[in-house]
Amino acid sequence: MLNIENLHVNVGDKAILKGVNLQIKPGEVHTIMGPNGAGKSTLSHVLSGKAGYTVTQGKVTYMGKDLLGMEPELRAREGVFLAFQYPVEIPGVSNIYLMKAALNANRKHQGLDEVDAMDFLTLVKDKIKLLQMDEKFLYRAVNEGFSGGEKKRNEILQAAILEPKLCVLDETDSGLDIDALKIVAKGINSLRTEQRSFLMITHYQRMLDYVKPDFVHVLADGRIVKSGGPELALELEAKGYQWVGGKAA
Amino acid sequence: MSGLQNYKTDYQQIQADLPGQSLAWLQQIRIDAFSVFSDTGFPSLREEEWRYTNISAIEKKLFSPSTNVDSNAIDQAWLDSFCLKDAYTLVIINGRFSKAHSSLKGLPETVTILSMGDALEQNPELVEKYLTKAVANEEHSFVAFNSAWFSDGLFVHVPVKQVLDKPVQLIHLVTQADCLAVSRNILIVEDMAQVEVIETFVGDSNAYLTASVTEIFVEKNADLTLYKMQNEGDKAYHFGGTYVKQAKHSRFKHHNFAFGSLLARNDVHTDLDMASECDLNGLYIGVKRQHIDNHTRIKHMQPHAISKEMYKGILNQRAKGVFQGLVFVAEDAQKTDSVMNNRNLLLSNDAEADAKPQLKIYADDVKCAHGVTVGQLDEKSIFYLKSRAIDEATARNMLTFAFANEMVGKVDNKELHTMLLGQLLQRFSQKSVDEKWL
Repeated sequence: MLNIENLHVNVGDKAILKGVNLQIKPGEVHTIMGPNGAGKSTLSHVLSGKAGYTVTQGKVTYMGKDLLGMEPELRAREGVFLAFQYPVEIPGVSNIYLMKAALNANRKHQGLDEVDAMDFLTLVKDKIKLLQMDEKFLYRAVNEGFSGGEKKRNEILQAAILEPKLCVLDETDSGLDIDALKIVAKGINSLRTEQRSFLMITHYQRMLDYVKPDFVHVLADGRIVKSGGPELALELEAKGYQWVGGKAA
Repeated sequence: MSGLQNYKTDYQQIQADLPGQSLAWLQQIRIDAFSVFSDTGFPSLREEEWRYTNISAIEKKLFSPSTNVDSNAIDQAWLDSFCLKDAYTLVIINGRFSKAHSSLKGLPETVTILSMGDALEQNPELVEKYLTKAVANEEHSFVAFNSAWFSDGLFVHVPVKQVLDKPVQLIHLVTQADCLAVSRNILIVEDMAQVEVIETFVGDSNAYLTASVTEIFVEKNADLTLYKMQNEGDKAYHFGGTYVKQAKHSRFKHHNFAFGSLLARNDVHTDLDMASECDLNGLYIGVKRQHIDNHTRIKHMQPHAISKEMYKGILNQRAKGVFQGLVFVAEDAQKTDSVMNNRNLLLSNDAEADAKPQLKIYADDVKCAHGVTVGQLDEKSIFYLKSRAIDEATARNMLTFAFANEMVGKVDNKELHTMLLGQLLQRFSQKSVDEKWL
């Protein structure tokens, strides 16, 4: 599904990613861990098409297409979803309006009719229960005045509605208390299917207690320095990143 | 110079047609006003309060009062599109009251709503008591011009403790080329009374000049909400002045929507007595070469008054927006609580926003805040929307709409809210969304 080959990325003149290789197949859950400054967020930003990054070498293929050549909205329509580390507050645009506009943009891309208001409401009310969110969040401005946990739940709610093929979760666990973490994890688990893949970026092992990955990779100084199964995360937690050659955070 | 001379000469021709000929006190006001105007002409860029707005085009052209009003020629459907159904309505066409288009059905007998012409005939003492008392001719020469030239207007008197059941709408309509439409309005809301007034300005695509001055008296514990919808035609010149005297514990809310005209200048000035409150909201949207100038002045004269102000502007192409806001706090006005904000969104490289917030504070125990921003749409927000499958143009449109809709959202009158929302959606259309979700 996703094939990252020898990806080099600069921010300005500074090399951040220095040859990342990663292959994700349908239905797989991959976790990328690593110390601060390793390039984890850069990787998620480059995959989603955020401006300000220069790819100097390498390529990213998604479903056989050149991902890096696509505009962000096209990536989204093709099924790539980024859950933001810091979801943006958008005063004046209601949550439900954004989600309906997003879903309809996707449907239009797929040659489907737009979903009408009533059907959409039924759908969204069904999904919102999963994230244990109050319906009033639908009518509030996107993320405005939401707590950290509410923002992250809202990201997963959007994923649940857009039904992407590939979810990139950028530190979705950061800033969550243990109850919110469990709810978010439950939401993520409910999205897991045979076909849908995940790339989870995280600092800490604790997320992995609730969302079991198939593979764990350690990103340090712009490269994947170690890959393994879920047990690698536990080992990291015990030994710290210095063990795999990362600098202390 | 010759332009000013043309106005002076023209005044001699039209003077005899103005209302209130038999009232000596009014004639004196007009003579004094004419004299102030004659001495200075229209305000110029040299005056500090007019430095961002060049109105020399008005002087170069001679706008003159209309002579014949053919009310039948009015496109009723067009007029209806601005008319609230649930309101007492007065319509002024080309500067003159049109009885045929107005409706005061069901108005309580205790409440007075008249055209200014009728008020001067039926109740001149009451008009005399208030005319030029909220704003002096010396304020600036456009006010003097208005006092000398006004041909009609709206007179509203709401007696003590009366809560008017429906809003009052004044529709100011211009349909003639080169027309000069000058109206003078007086609103008096007596102690503990409450009323909602809507001033609507519309016109066709000809060049014309509207000059409207509204003097307002909100007495003790009284409550006035005033909406202004400025939807003038796109070649029109518009001057509108709202001058308010607020008594103790009174409340005044103003919502100022400036969407139309080629060049518009709007004054909103209010003087606050003890523990009174004012809430000034504004939204100006300019495109092409539109120029929209908002001038607000809040004077805290006594302690414990509260003033809140939020003006937002959206400027595209070569449009220019001006915000000059003064909050004045007198020495006696301790415990003043005031906040003034102006936010401008520039959608093109050639658009311009000039903002001049001013605080003059002579008391030492007050809370006064102010803020101004001039900027573009937030790139982070645009990226967020794009990452949710929304294309860039739609994302920008959504954010611009949201920026404006904050101000429309403050409109409590349902009918007016729907009308304003419709106008916003015309400018920044939102695809397939239920209104209640906006």
